[in-house]
Amino acid sequence: MIEPRAHVTEDELHAYVDGELAADRQPAIEAWLDAHPDDAAQVAAWRAHAAAVRARYGAVADESVPDRLTLKKLMPQRWLRVAAAAAVVFAFIGGGAGGWFARGASETMPTARARVTQDALEAHTIYVVEVRHPVEVAGSDRDHLVSWLSKRLGHTVRLPDLSGIGLKLVGGRLLPGPDTPAAFFMYEGASGERFTLYVAPLKAAQTSLRYAARDKLGSFFWVDQGLSYVVIGTPDRGRLQDVAEAIYAQIDGEPLRKHAALD
Amino acid sequence: MSGFRKGIEETIPALRRYARALTHDRETADDLVQDTLVRALRSEHLFHGGELRSWLYTILTNLNRNRLRSLARRPTLTLLKEDDAADASSPESGARDIERALAGLTEEQRSVLLLIVLEGLSYREVADVHGVPIGTVMSRLARARAHIKAHLDGTRVALRRVK
Repeated sequence: MIEPRAHVTEDELHAYVDGELAADRQPAIEAWLDAHPDDAAQVAAWRAHAAAVRARYGAVADESVPDRLTLKKLMPQRWLRVAAAAAVVFAFIGGGAGGWFARGASETMPTARARVTQDALEAHTIYVVEVRHPVEVAGSDRDHLVSWLSKRLGHTVRLPDLSGIGLKLVGGRLLPGPDTPAAFFMYEGASGERFTLYVAPLKAAQTSLRYAARDKLGSFFWVDQGLSYVVIGTPDRGRLQDVAEAIYAQIDGEPLRKHAALD
Repeated sequence: MSGFRKGIEETIPALRRYARALTHDRETADDLVQDTLVRALRSEHLFHGGELRSWLYTILTNLNRNRLRSLARRPTLTLLKEDDAADASSPESGARDIERALAGLTEEQRSVLLLIVLEGLSYREVADVHGVPIGTVMSRLARARAHIKAHLDGTRVALRRVK
């Protein structure tokens, strides 16, 4: 008979059940269990729990995947093209946003604008239909939202108050962004119409508001002091412009600085 | 299709299984999977090789933690359905027992246990998913199993008393 080591630890028993035990320790544990019925019962109980969990939930993996969770639904073709183009650019430059911006921002401007706007459109399309969790941080947590996203973007993010034009802040979330993290805010009118504001660092010269319409959505894009802004919502250009100008006016109100205080 | 996207696609059924067991709610689980996939697809350029499956489990686990935090801020009661609990001898009673036992675990314990016994991840992979040392994984696993055993033993005791 193999002399069991004085202490078979509980950790070893778990490892034994989960197939994590070194092979040469296996016989010692088995001998120990033969000699210690309480531990053997414990091990049997753990195995039974695992079997019960698998019996209850294992078959979920055999269900057919709902349509909304298929890649086809989650990755519209136009986005695939942008992703492919981005992958080529990244491979060519050989590494991250630093390399991208180091090449000189002005020449990349049209592409950068397209990428930021595309990302904002995707985020708008995905989250504006969310009833249950459209945002990560609710509008009631405004101060936290601003300090958190400012820290993550490395810039002071200004969060306009649009109650003057009948829009309430739903909240915001952090997005991966095409190159750097991006902040995303959602506003909602009394009738449920939603507008989103997307903010991402972009080293480019200041621009005025630029309108574009696509996929039954309107967007205004501009760059101000190292941040790009995209406002998306109704294709009603007049209404969207009111919203965009209200945002622009509040953000433009004070000089923006590179964010440092929160780090 | 790229290897990255193919890898994601192949993992969807397992992610749904994990999310369902984690939340015990089909809609919530699929919402979590959807958010996980959207994030993963948008972050393709941030993924530098490594275990794709572990990375997806990590995103899902983190999203669920965020979800529970935001739920904690506005108190909501989630109760398991009790309406058909009378017939304890039915074949489903075992399934209900394990559901309730899982529901009694902390979020971290439930995730650790499920990743190991349902998803077949190694202790090392679970440590990576949770961003903790293996020792912490072991203690969460031990507490989860002790809690489940206590819950199931308690259920049996209660049934005996009823008789």
